[in-house]
Amino acid sequence: MTRSATDRRRKEALQGWMLLIPALLIMLVFTVYPVFRSVYLSLFKYRMGKVPEYIAFDNYVQLFGNSTFWKVMRNTLVFALMTVIPSMILGLCLAMLVNRKGRHIGFIRSAFFYPSVMPMIAIASVWMFIYMARNGLFDQLLVSFGLQPANVLSNKDTVLPAMAVMYVWREAGYLMVFYLSGIQSISQDVLEAAAIDGATGWKTFRYVTLPLLAPTTLFVSTIAFTNCFKLADQVIIMTEGAPNNASSLLLYYIYQQGFTNMNYGRSSTLTVIMLALLMVFSVPRFFSQDRKIHYN
Amino acid sequence: MSAKKIGSLLVTLFSIVLGLIWLAPLFWLVSTALTETTFNMSFFPHSPFTFKNIDYVWHAVPFGQYYINTIILVVVTFCIQFVTSTLAAYSLAFLNYKGKSVVFVIIFMQIIIPNDVLIIPNYLTLTGLGLIDTKLGIMIPFLGSAMAIFLLRQHFKTVPRAFGEAAKIDGANLWQTIWRVYMPCAKPAYMSFAVISVSYHWNNYLWPLIVTRSPQNRPLTVGLAIFAKSKEADMQWSNVCAATLIIILPLLLAFFIMQKQFMNSFISAGVKE
Repeated sequence: MTRSATDRRRKEALQGWMLLIPALLIMLVFTVYPVFRSVYLSLFKYRMGKVPEYIAFDNYVQLFGNSTFWKVMRNTLVFALMTVIPSMILGLCLAMLVNRKGRHIGFIRSAFFYPSVMPMIAIASVWMFIYMARNGLFDQLLVSFGLQPANVLSNKDTVLPAMAVMYVWREAGYLMVFYLSGIQSISQDVLEAAAIDGATGWKTFRYVTLPLLAPTTLFVSTIAFTNCFKLADQVIIMTEGAPNNASSLLLYYIYQQGFTNMNYGRSSTLTVIMLALLMVFSVPRFFSQDRKIHYN
Repeated sequence: MSAKKIGSLLVTLFSIVLGLIWLAPLFWLVSTALTETTFNMSFFPHSPFTFKNIDYVWHAVPFGQYYINTIILVVVTFCIQFVTSTLAAYSLAFLNYKGKSVVFVIIFMQIIIPNDVLIIPNYLTLTGLGLIDTKLGIMIPFLGSAMAIFLLRQHFKTVPRAFGEAAKIDGANLWQTIWRVYMPCAKPAYMSFAVISVSYHWNNYLWPLIVTRSPQNRPLTVGLAIFAKSKEADMQWSNVCAATLIIILPLLLAFFIMQKQFMNSFISAGVKE
């Protein structure tokens, strides 16, 4: 290799890194470093204003023996199950419904999607009044049917389902747009071929559309899980975990341990658990990248 | 009328009804915000129309200040992201050097780990940097956006190499090449990234809640949450609805005007792999 070629190469590398540095530096300090710092701090007894004290895995041992922790984990997974699958199914149904042309269709799509451009706390404050005891719309509806007011946010059995209904309402329209783009990328030829073979309505959907949407479904499931694990805003507004931690979710618990109890060691431990959870549920993304699911 | 036509009409009717159900909370929010307070909540407000609630809330809470704060946060964040992401995307798209795969791993990490999950370590970092209760502190974790870098890189790659070469032969330097050739070609990507960035930061709550202490730095979302829980709100839904309306209105209007652009942006930002 000639000297000038080596020089040129070096220059290109230098330029490459120089252009990267601003963005890379921020990502290193606020995404990579905090991941390692959480792992490190999870090994310390560390409260605000105190000197951190190394305690190896004691934080984990304490958490695993703590009933509140298990309650929060259970809530988080139950909430995920109550929201992810229903909002995916609903999202797909809505996408099928709005996958048409017409003057009104833009309006209908917007009607399903608009909750996604509202902040979660705005949604939570509106729904809090819907769910409010006695005077709230939901309780009034129950009363008008001759039932007892339910006060759903104060009951440990109904608080999570009530939040789940709100969240599915918000999330379905968001997932709808991914399904819509998936449906629209299915080639017309395939659908026509199915029609020639005599497939109609439900059959086309079941044996053609749905299998061809498998990669979309896989992708949508990862964003749906990630989105629902990172929820805390509505808990802060609506219940603060009440009654008796029945509505506490993992991110809210991290927030509460860190910023109400000022227990950085414990909240770092919870952060590590959250990261593990996110990693497990992001695995499908690796697969969807490496080998696309094909149905031919 | 054929059976097919009737079926299509029924589907249209059904989707309109379902759409109206979806719009109900918004309808209720707006109508409650704009009518006189009543004791019992009702879906169809029967009290007279009024701007009193909006007026009361606007003066009870420094929403003017919060508005300015949110606008500063949104605009400055986007502008800095615009520069950092463009440079990084160009570098990753066209320059050859070792270590790029490590950078992609970091980008991937940021895509799967939502910023909100890292509030504890990032709060400690921010304390160390002395940036608690500053606007820069709210913005700084977002100034290098993996999503934007990925999106722009993909669009840059679709620009024919000959365009860039031609600019170079004409004597354009790197900045001019990016500015004159690649940025205009990637306009749709920039639009998507702008929509996503602005809506994310307009609506962001948890991180600004943790970082801010004073009204001088608080964005709208944090202001709303504080108001909703305060004595001034008085557990009055008409006031809280009025406050909510004040903070969601700009983004919601923009969305209803440009709904297609918004939805496409969310798709392209999501499906980046």
